[in-house]
Amino acid sequence: MLARNEKATASPTTSTAARKNETLRHVRHVIVSNPATLLAFSLLVVILLAAILGPALVPYDPLETNPSRPLQSPSWSHWFGTDQLGRDVFSRVIAAARLDLAISVAAVAISFVLGSMLGSLAGYFGGWVDTVVGRLCDTIMAFPLFVLAMGIVAALGNTIENIVYATAIINLPFYARMACAEVSVRRDAGFVQAARLTGNTDWRILAMHIFPNALPPMMVQVSLNLGWAILNAAGLSFIGLGVRPPTPEWGIMVAEGANYIISGEWWLALFPGLALMIAVFTFNLLGDGLRDIVDPQRRT
Amino acid sequence: MAQASRTGIIVKRALQALPVLAGIVVVTFLLTRALPGDPAAYFAGPSADARSIAEIRKSLGLDRSLPEQLLIYVGQLARGDLGQSISTGQPVMDELIRRLPASLELTLAALALSIGIAIPLGILAATHPDSWIDHLCRMLTTAGVSLPTFFTGLALVYVFYYLLGVAPAPMGRLDIAVLSPPHITGFYTIDALLAGDPATARAAIAQLALPAITLALFTLAPIARMTRGAMLQVLSSEFVRTARAAGLSGRTVLFTYAFRNALLPVITTLGMVFSFALGANVLVEKVFAWPGIGSYAIEALVVSDYAAVQGFVLAMAILFVLLNLVIDIAYTLIDPRVGKDA
Repeated sequence: MLARNEKATASPTTSTAARKNETLRHVRHVIVSNPATLLAFSLLVVILLAAILGPALVPYDPLETNPSRPLQSPSWSHWFGTDQLGRDVFSRVIAAARLDLAISVAAVAISFVLGSMLGSLAGYFGGWVDTVVGRLCDTIMAFPLFVLAMGIVAALGNTIENIVYATAIINLPFYARMACAEVSVRRDAGFVQAARLTGNTDWRILAMHIFPNALPPMMVQVSLNLGWAILNAAGLSFIGLGVRPPTPEWGIMVAEGANYIISGEWWLALFPGLALMIAVFTFNLLGDGLRDIVDPQRRT
Repeated sequence: MAQASRTGIIVKRALQALPVLAGIVVVTFLLTRALPGDPAAYFAGPSADARSIAEIRKSLGLDRSLPEQLLIYVGQLARGDLGQSISTGQPVMDELIRRLPASLELTLAALALSIGIAIPLGILAATHPDSWIDHLCRMLTTAGVSLPTFFTGLALVYVFYYLLGVAPAPMGRLDIAVLSPPHITGFYTIDALLAGDPATARAAIAQLALPAITLALFTLAPIARMTRGAMLQVLSSEFVRTARAAGLSGRTVLFTYAFRNALLPVITTLGMVFSFALGANVLVEKVFAWPGIGSYAIEALVVSDYAAVQGFVLAMAILFVLLNLVIDIAYTLIDPRVGKDA
C-alpha cells in the first residue's frame, strides 16, 4: 500500500485528472462490488438527513408533552409510541440524531487534529518529543477509557461541552500513535529527501509532503472511531452525565425507558437503542469500506 | 536456565508497571485539583464562612504549592486514605473495598464466559472457512461491536424477565428474600458453595446470569475476531505445513502447533478488551442495579461526590494495570520462544 500511494504521488507522467478519474473508478468499484459498503453509504445519507432536516420533518414537537396520551404503544399516529409524558418517541429519536452526531463529530475532530499534530511531530523529530508524546499516550491508555471519561467529566463539570472534551481526550492516543507510526516510516523516504534537498523547511516537508500520505489510513480510523465516540457519549449520558432531560438524546432516552422495561413498555428504550445501534453499525461498516478503498490489500 | 530467564522477564514486566502507576496517580491528582471552583469551599459545605473555608484549605493542604500537594496526596494514598464521601460520610476506601467483590465477580464471570465461547468459535471459524459457523462468527463480531451494552442488557431483561419470566428481577446480587452467604471471598456464588448452601448459590447464579451474559456479549466480538484472524494466519504458515507434511495428526498440528502460536496476538488484544469491559461494567451495573463500585461511582456522580468518583477512577485504573500485568505474564508463560534461545 505504501508503495502504491507514493508511486502515484511521485510519478510525473500521470496527469492529475487521469489519476482522479482512476480513484473515482476505484471508489465506484468498491461500492458496487461490496453491498455492505453500499448499505453503509446509504445509511449514512439517511442519518445525515435526519441530523440536518430531522427536526423540521418530524410530525410532533419532540419536547411537547401531552398528559392525555402517556405510554401508548406504537400505532399509526405514533409510529414508535409515546413516553411517560405523552411525547412522541419517533420525533424524539429523529431529533436526537443531530445532538448525538454533533457530540461525536466534534470529539473526533478535536482528537484527530490534536492527535495527528502531536503524533506527526513525534514521528518526524523523534527524540524527546517522541518520548513525551509516547508517555502521554501511555498514561491515557493506562486507564480503562470509559472510566477515565467519567472522571474527566466529573472533574471538569457535568456539561455537554465537557463530554466532548472527555471523548476527545480518550481518543487522542489512537490518532497520535497512528500519525507517529505513519510519519516515522516516511521520514527518510526518497521523496522526503528530495524535498529536503530542494530546500524545504522541516515544517513544510511535514505538512505538505509527509502528512498527506499519512491521511488515508487516518481517515479509516476516523470512521471507525466515530461509531465508538457515539457509543461512548451515549453511555455517559445513560449514566446521567452531560445531556439533561428533556433534551432528546439516544442514551438518555434509553436510560429513561429502562424504568419501564420491567413493566413491559418496551418501545421507550427499544427505538432510541436501535437508532444508536444503527448509527454505530453504519460507521463501523463505513470504516471497513473505506479501508478497502484506501488499502485494497488488506481486504478481508 | 530457561526457567531463570523467564522469571527475570516476569520481574521486569512487574517493574515496568511502576511508572504507569505513577502516571495514574499524577492524573487522578490533577483531576481532583481541576475541580470547578474552590475545592475548599466545596468541602466546607454551603453554610461555611470565610474563616472555616480558610481552615479547611489549610487542613487539605490547598495553600501549599502543587508539587507539595502531590506529595501529601501520595502520602494519603500510601496510608490507604482516599478521603471521605460527602453523601455517605464513610471513608471512600472502605466503601470501595466493600463493593469491589461484586464488580469483580461480575467482570470475571463475564470474561470467563466470553473467552470460553469466543476462542472455540474463532478456532472453528478458522478451520471451517465459509461454513455456517464462519458466517455466524463474522456476523457476531460485526454486530457485537455495534451493540451498546446498556441496550443489550435491557433487551435481555425484557425477554427473560418480562416475557419469559425465567430470570429474576434485575435488582442486585440476591433476591431480598434470600440471606447473603457468610463473607469469605465476597463472591456470593463461591461463598454460598463454601458454606454448603446450594439454594443460595443457585439464587446468586440466577442473579448473575443476565448481567454476565450482557457483558460477555460485548467482549466476545473482539476476542472471536482476533482468534479467527490469528488462527487463519498461523494455519497458512510454513511451520504448520511442515508439521502436516511430517505426518503429525490433525489434532497435534491444530492444538500443539497452531493454537499455541495463535494465542499470542489474542492475549495481546485482551488488554484492550479489559479496558472496554471495565468501562462497560459500569453501564451493566446500572442496568441491573448491581451493587458494585460502578454503581457507587454513578450514585456519587449524581450528587457531585468528587472524592468518591476519584477513588473509583483510581481503583479501576489500578485494577486495569494489574490485569495487564497478568496478561503480560501469561504471554511470557505461553510464548514458546521466550527463554528457549539466547
